[in-house]
This record gives sequence, C-alpha cells and structure tokens, in this order.
Amino acid sequence: MAEPLLDIQGLKTWFKTDDGLVRAVDGVDLRIDRGETVGVVGESGCGKTVTARSVLKLIDMPPGRFEAGRILWQGRDLIPLDDAEMNKIRSREIAIIFQEPMTSLNPVYSVGEQIAEVIELHQNLSRKQALVGAADMLKLVNIPNPERRVHDYPHQFSGGMRQRVMIAMALSCQPKLLIADEPTTALDVTIQAQILELMQEMKERFGMAIMLITHAMGVVAETAQRVVVMYAGKVVEEAPVGALFGNPRHPYTQGLIRSIPRVDRSAGQQARLESIPGTVPSLLDPPPGCRFAARCKYAMEICTQAIPPLKEVAPGHKVACVL
Amino acid sequence: MSEKEALLSVHDLKKHFAVSGGIFSREVDRVYAVDGVSFDIAAGETLGLVGESGCGKSTTGRCILRLIEPSSGEVWFKGTDVRKMDGTALRALRRDMQIIFQDPYASLNPRLTVGAIVGEALTIHNLAKSRREHEDRVVQLLETVGLQPDHLRRFPHEFSGGQRQRIGIARALAVEPKLIVCDEPVSALDVSIQAQVINLLEDLQEKFGLTYLFIAHDLSVVEHISTRIAVMYLGRVVEIAPSRELYDTPLHPYSEALLSAVPIPDPTVKRQRIMLQGDVPNPIRPPSGCHFHTRCPIAKPDCATRVPELRESKPGHWVSCHYRG
Ligand SMILES: Nc1ncnc2c1ncn2[C@@H]1O[C@H](COP(=O)(O)OP(=O)(O)O)[C@@H](O)[C@H]1O
Ligand SMILES: Nc1ncnc2c1ncn2[C@@H]1O[C@H](COP(=O)(O)OP(=O)(O)O)[C@@H](O)[C@H]1O
Ligand code: SF4
Ligand code: SF4
Ligand SMILES: [Mg+2]
Ligand SMILES: [Mg+2]
Repeated sequence: MAEPLLDIQGLKTWFKTDDGLVRAVDGVDLRIDRGETVGVVGESGCGKTVTARSVLKLIDMPPGRFEAGRILWQGRDLIPLDDAEMNKIRSREIAIIFQEPMTSLNPVYSVGEQIAEVIELHQNLSRKQALVGAADMLKLVNIPNPERRVHDYPHQFSGGMRQRVMIAMALSCQPKLLIADEPTTALDVTIQAQILELMQEMKERFGMAIMLITHAMGVVAETAQRVVVMYAGKVVEEAPVGALFGNPRHPYTQGLIRSIPRVDRSAGQQARLESIPGTVPSLLDPPPGCRFAARCKYAMEICTQAIPPLKEVAPGHKVACVL
Repeated sequence: MSEKEALLSVHDLKKHFAVSGGIFSREVDRVYAVDGVSFDIAAGETLGLVGESGCGKSTTGRCILRLIEPSSGEVWFKGTDVRKMDGTALRALRRDMQIIFQDPYASLNPRLTVGAIVGEALTIHNLAKSRREHEDRVVQLLETVGLQPDHLRRFPHEFSGGQRQRIGIARALAVEPKLIVCDEPVSALDVSIQAQVINLLEDLQEKFGLTYLFIAHDLSVVEHISTRIAVMYLGRVVEIAPSRELYDTPLHPYSEALLSAVPIPDPTVKRQRIMLQGDVPNPIRPPSGCHFHTRCPIAKPDCATRVPELRESKPGHWVSCHYRG
C-alpha cells in the first residue's frame, strides 16, 4: 500500500483542568490517503475537533499536551516540529476551515487582503498580483461580483458566503489536505447543499484529500468514501462508507444510524425511532473497559474489564467491540 | 377544515418589527417577519412548521401565545379570538397553551431547583391544594418525562442537554395544556438524545391527547413527527400538506428544493438534487410579488409582480404558486 498522506497513530491529546485530566483524544488511529474524503463522525464532545486541531498543532499547551502517539504527515512526524516548521505546513500543505468562519476571519481587513496574504506567502507574488489572484479565488468559489466583493469586509457576507470565502482562502495555498470541521453545521440546508457541492468540485479540481468532521450522518453518507466513528475520545469503528451504513458492526454506530429520522421513509416504515439510553460519559476519569458499556444493550462482564482494541473484521472494516 | 373542528386557527397573521436608527431613533425600516400566515390545527394532531432560519417560524409561535403582540390578523383558540383576550381570559389561555424552546438552559432559571421550576406554574394557577399534593404532583411530572424523583432538589446546570429539555417539558405539562408550541425542541441535541426526546413527545401526545405545533428547520425530524406540514419562506406559508404527501409530491418549487437538499443517511440512495441559487433574501425588503421569485427555478416574469394566494390544489393540500398545483 502506498504511504498514506496522513497517518495518526495512537494519538492521545489530554487537557489538564481544575477538575482533573480530560482525556479528549485517547489513543486515536486515523489514516487518510491522497485525494480521499474521510468522514469523522460522533456526538458532541467525543474528540473530533481536538483530533483535527492536533494535526495542525492548534491546541493550547498548556492546558493541553500530547501524551502519546505520532502524527505522520507524508511519513514525517509533526509532533516534534517547531512553530516555524509547522507554519510552513499550515500555509502550504494542510488547510482547515471551521463551523463559524467569523472566528477565523479578521474583521478589520477586507476578505481580499486576507486571501491575498495567503497567496503572497504561498506563491511569492507581489501584493498587487496577489489581490488579482484573490478575486480569481472568490470567482472560483462562485461568489457573485468577485472584483467588487474582494474589497468587502467579513461582516458584509452572509453565513454561506463567508464559508465560501474560507474555502477560497483554504484553497489559495493549494493544500494536499483540507480539514473541514463542521463546515455546514451552522448553515441552512439549501446553503449546506451548495457548500458541499462546492467542496466536491474543488476536490475534483485540485485532487486534495478532505477530512470532513461532522455530527450529521447524512452529510458523511453523501460525501465521504471512508468513515471513522468516534466515541468518548476513541475510534470505535472505521469502514468504507457503503459498509458502514449497510453493515454497521459497533453497537454505537448501529444506534446512531437507527436513531435518525429518515425523510425518505414513511411513518409506517419507521414508526418509532430507536434511541440510545443515557448520555456520553465524562472524559474525566472515563470508565474502564469499553466506554460505551453503560449504554450498550449487549454489554457483558468482560466489556468493562479491558478496552476492546480496534480489529479488522472485513477488508478495511475495523471495529472496537468484543462481539 | 372548518373552523369548528380546529383547536387553533390562524388567519392572515402578520408581525412587522420596526427597525429604528438615526439620532432620533425613528423607524427607518421594517422587518416583515411574519407576513400573512394562515393555518389550522385540529385537536390531537401535530402540525410541523418548517423553513430556513429567519423565515418567521418562532415569531409565528410567539404571536400565537401572545408572548409578542401580532401586528394584525386573527388567532382563534377553541373558538375564541386570542387577540381580544385580557386578564383572566389570558391567564386561562396560558394554561391551555404552553411552549418549549430550543435552548432549555436559557429558558430555565438557573437559581431555582428543578422542583421549583416545574412547580411554579402549579402555584401560579392554584393547581395544588396542599404542599403535599404540590410535591406529589411535581414528582409525578418528573417521572412522566423520565427523570428521577430525587432530581427535584437539583439545579439546571447539573443536567445534560437532553435532561434539561425534559425539565422544560415537565414544566409545560404541569398545567395540563391542550396545545404545546415546540420551538426547535431537539435542534440543539445530539442525534441519540434527539431520538429520546422525540419519542417522549410522541408518548406524551398519545397519553394526554396533546396537540403540537412543532417548529424545526430539520425536515427529517418534522416529517417524522408531524401529521401535516406547513412550509414557510420569508414570512409566508408556501405549502401545507399531509406529511407523507409533502415528501412524495411537493408542489411548491421551494418545498421541492428544500426536501431534495436534505442529506439522507444511506449512501445507496441517489437523488436528483435541486440546487437553489443564492441566499435567502433579507426580510427587511422582501422581493416583490412571490417572495421566492429571485431563487425560483421556474419563475416567470409576472411572478415578480403578482402575489400568489395560498389555495387548495387537492383536498388538504394547499400551495401558493402561480404555476404549480
Ligand atoms: N482547552 C480545553 N481544555 C479542557 N478540555 C477541553 C479543551 N478543549 C476540548 N476539551 C474537551 O475535550 C473533549 C472533546 O472536545 P471536542 O474535540 O471539541 O469534541 P467534538 O468536536 O467531538 O464535539 C470535550 O470533553 C471538551 O470539553
Ligand atoms: N424582536 C425583533 N426585532 C426585530 N427583528 C426581529 C425580532 N425578532 C425576530 N426578528 C426578525 O424576524 C425574522 C424572523 O425571525 P424568526 O421568527 O426568529 O425566524 P425563525 O424562527 O424562522 O428562524 C428574522 O429576520 C429576525 O431577524
Ligand atoms: S465491547 Fe461490549 S459494551 Fe462495548 S460496544 Fe461491544 S458489546 Fe457493547
Ligand atoms: S409563483 Fe412564480 S416565483 Fe413563485 S414559486 Fe411559483 S413559479 Fe416560482
Ligand atoms: Mg467539534
Ligand atoms: Mg426560530
């Protein structure tokens, strides 16, 4: 197998808080190949964002720290790299976009200036040339009147348009990997459809890989080739998208899929939703053994004794469950 | 549906907010938040109200309960005009109609115990004769929504999002209402918890014969829980139909696009997606004629000048479009 683009191995990112140690990411393995879209799903607080931010080392340390593991980027571990080296990776190789673009756009500079800055850094162009490039980028992401809009400030754009600006900025460095952390969660469904289509178009055009983080199972079903399911700081299942939805093996994944109301099913087909009892456990002193045990209808004595490892049950399909 | 059968009947409801500005704080603009909404809800049914953010769903819900005063229009509840009620009548109305919100935390007083929050309405409406009866009733309400009796003395911050929503539901149930306006009650919850709360709402409806106005932007959730659905766009209802019929044969081009945009959690399902261009326009200066004409894939020139009426195209299926239905 070719060397993966990104290969996270046994990553533990913990936070020291007044209440104790939060094991936000607690032994995560995650691989992304060139040009591939990998969906990372799970309920809130399961460690998706911390995993994503760890890759770019955007975690405040302290309170955070890398307790264990490696983050191999094209074979090279990012964890030991210093800020200068990481900045090169951030501006040229891996880009990230967030749920709320306002938090990563500077309100006092025009969007054109902000995109131009990325282009200048990446392509060694003059400011003037870079500004022209910025307008081209806005055009690429289908923002109407790009030559005029480059001079506008972030607050003059709607939520959907701001996310387009973020994508334009992310693509300006022609990254090999785009990390998209809940990019459409704050958007209305018709705007979400536009943004997902845009991401797909850009991926085909530039051949980049995408790590798509979302809690929306429908979004991953429609966009990802492979899916990683996280629960309480750990990966519990990983599979090609067809196998994950067609034959989910982990009781948590099964519960997640069955608890979603389906607009394409009649009330007769889905009279009552299946629900998972209880709530996600605290990551402060997580329970020993399988972290899903307290909510799992198949839980047995052995489940609480040791953490079940992620095992391959079919080609490319891995599950962390004793069943 | 005739007005006699309807528990709630809304006619041409409007709510315009003044936007003031300038040094004298004069009204400089108007938000046409709700701009002529009409629908009926029969006793025991769930009417879903869907549409993208800012289309006026919450404002409609609040006007019905008179938490805000409508600018014009009529709201009939059990044959009485809600807009004409005052004093005692309004207090009685607050027993009959309750509301639960998206963010249970913001709607629960953090300084009160769960027992006090749930019991407050019992006191206001004199619904318990003794202290004992009061406490028994609160415990019973907590159990009804799946909480423990010993949760009584705890504070809202000690609960998870799903549990807080249960507290909000218990509070609404305390006065034995007939109608509950559910304003995005599961939108902030994770899917597994969302399913718990949806199931609870369905159980309670059956047990107490409740009627719901269920507001949400998530079409899958609304389709699942509703008997009928009203689709809103920029302050107006564009289509009303039985839930299944709306999904199978949407008539309005907006409903059609909205439904086709919902991602389906099944990679084997491939659908034709109708992409809408552009953003939802600003309700301060909504487009003339049919509000949807700026984004409508089948708009004709006269759509910009003529306002379409909501009319019954098939029995029970209402649509507001010049060229569909
Ligand atoms: N800076 C921090 N300090 C302490 N705990 C944190 C910090 N950042 C994240 N966490 C905790 O880590 C866990 C995982 O968070 P996150 O990765 O944001 O979840 P997700 O993105 O899956 O919703 C949560 O319990 C969160 O509270
Ligand atoms: N108190 C208010 N003052 C001014 N505008 C308001 C007020 N409340 C709501 N609006 C506006 O009215 C429109 C409809 O809002 P809302 O009913 O909350 O929509 P929805 O619930 O469908 O998202 C929005 O444009 C909103 O900004
Ligand atoms: S290991 Fe045990 S508790 Fe965990 S998911 Fe599997 S069966 Fe359930
Ligand atoms: S009235 Fe015209 S613009 Fe409005 S939905 Fe119908 S065709 Fe489209
Ligand atoms: Mg997150
Ligand atoms: Mg609302």
